[in-house]
Amino acid sequence: MKILAIDSSGQVASAALTQDNQLLGEISINHKINHSVTLLPMLSELVRMTELDLSSIDGIAVAAGPGSFTGLRIGAAMAKGLGFALQKPLLPISTLEGLAYNLYGAKDLICPLMDARRNQVYTGVYEFVPKANSENEKDSVPSAEMILREDLQNKNEREASLLSYYALQPHVAPCALGIADITDKLNAIGRRVLFLGDGANVFADYLKEHCKISFGFAPAHLNRQRAGALAALGMEYLVAGKSVPASEFVPEYLRLSQAERERLEKEQVYT
Amino acid sequence: MKSSITILAIESSCDETAAAVVKNGREVRSNIISSQIKYHKEYGGVVPEIASRKHIENINQVIEEALESASVSLEEIDVIAVTYGPGLVGALLVGVSAAKAISFATGKPLIGVHHIKGHICANYIEHEKLTPPYLCLVASGGHTHLVVAKDYTHYEIIGLTRDDAAGEAFDKVARAIGLGYPGGPAIERMAKEGNADAIAFPKAKVSDNPYDFSFSGVKSAVLNHINGCKMKGEEIHQADIAASFQKAVVEVLIEHSLMAVKEYQLNQFALAGGVAANTALREGMKTAMEAIGVRFYCPSMVLCTDNAAMIGAAAYYEYQAGVRAGWDLNAVPNLKLV
Repeated sequence: MKILAIDSSGQVASAALTQDNQLLGEISINHKINHSVTLLPMLSELVRMTELDLSSIDGIAVAAGPGSFTGLRIGAAMAKGLGFALQKPLLPISTLEGLAYNLYGAKDLICPLMDARRNQVYTGVYEFVPKANSENEKDSVPSAEMILREDLQNKNEREASLLSYYALQPHVAPCALGIADITDKLNAIGRRVLFLGDGANVFADYLKEHCKISFGFAPAHLNRQRAGALAALGMEYLVAGKSVPASEFVPEYLRLSQAERERLEKEQVYT
Repeated sequence: MKSSITILAIESSCDETAAAVVKNGREVRSNIISSQIKYHKEYGGVVPEIASRKHIENINQVIEEALESASVSLEEIDVIAVTYGPGLVGALLVGVSAAKAISFATGKPLIGVHHIKGHICANYIEHEKLTPPYLCLVASGGHTHLVVAKDYTHYEIIGLTRDDAAGEAFDKVARAIGLGYPGGPAIERMAKEGNADAIAFPKAKVSDNPYDFSFSGVKSAVLNHINGCKMKGEEIHQADIAASFQKAVVEVLIEHSLMAVKEYQLNQFALAGGVAANTALREGMKTAMEAIGVRFYCPSMVLCTDNAAMIGAAAYYEYQAGVRAGWDLNAVPNLKLV
């Protein structure tokens, strides 16, 4: 199963290709934000160097938001264009979930922080938990129906064997919050936390001052958006049937446009 | 070289998500436009972030519909074309990114098209006889250019607006007299009820270039007139203001165009851009040009406002001239015509 993935939700532009449980290639650039100029040349290089026949991919994983509005749309429009031209489904994955997946298997809580300006962060709180029944199912006796549908069974087993041991469980779903609010939530949960994302840098001093729990920061190779993580998660999404047609995918901004926000504020004042 | 070229064109520079299939630059097989006007109306103008969000929602459906109504499959398309400027950067990026991905996935060549060249080339779609050279007046919400089309891809700008675009002036005046957005059609409708000679609004001349335009003066004159009426406690005659304002703008556009065709000794003239949908301008210009023996061309209404068919027309000539875009094609919000 081949998954192509792109992420241009933040300062990083990243493109990756996985085949089953192998990362065949990944290009990430965390330099200036110029995704419109860099992302497709990166993808083109990735395809060339992995000698990928684009028609052989099974799905396109894409950062679904939150993130920079324009950055998200560059990735979204590219994914939608690829999905349309190749007739392949899209696998939209929350940018925050993608970030958290960088820290696969961590025992601590994971808190991605993306700088959302206006003193806010896009954030969520996640934990890796072993998947329910992932061990037990192998011992169970297959039903008669399943034996009759042996091909399907084999396919399912093959797919299941590729899937990961842990599932990512959200404690706080993706949202835009003040840094104080997310810090309060984490203090209330009271468990150890790993921070990552560009917001972890921006608010490092605040966190050091206000976190009452023990915490740490993810290292350089894991603390930003990586399309490799999206591709790995994308396979899980595809097997779980969480794909969408290219025409239907829209980024999840978690925030209204400024004009809409100001209009709503005005309406609230008058009503 | 292949004798017949079918182009899939995409346009998302402002508030219309559009896609079209155009054959050989002049034959429109489909022209799909998804307008966002209703989403922007309550804000009194185009909100860039809302425009970009609507583009990403609609882009695939519009492209699919363009192919479907042309009865053409993506495999049968030879070239992918897209507007890459000028326009709203976030809006442009949706079309540019999607077009690049489609071009990349299919291996079909990509052409980046200048939006204003698209407006000009809209004239080729319905007018088989029109070939360069000719004079063209491009007037829209963002542009007012007087250009000489030297050939199918090269233009010389001989005059442009120093301040507001003609269409922008229509929008601002419409707002000032309470007609809302978009201003062009609203002013035109209201003007029909009014007396165009009721108020003498100034026709600003720009001293150093006889072909340049200035519309901020007439706009200010309208605002002053409204304030004057209010101070004197007089009622504001919307229709008279609309008619007199429209006349002042249209007359300047015609005068400069007439001067230019004579000076440059051209015997063909084409109108282009959203303001070309204004009936007073179309008819006034046609009469004026034909009176001095200049052939007059103008696209039909649907091809005057933003659309992708015109982008497909312009892309055909760029393609024939050997122009190709790379994977690093970017949106250029203030892209220059020359």
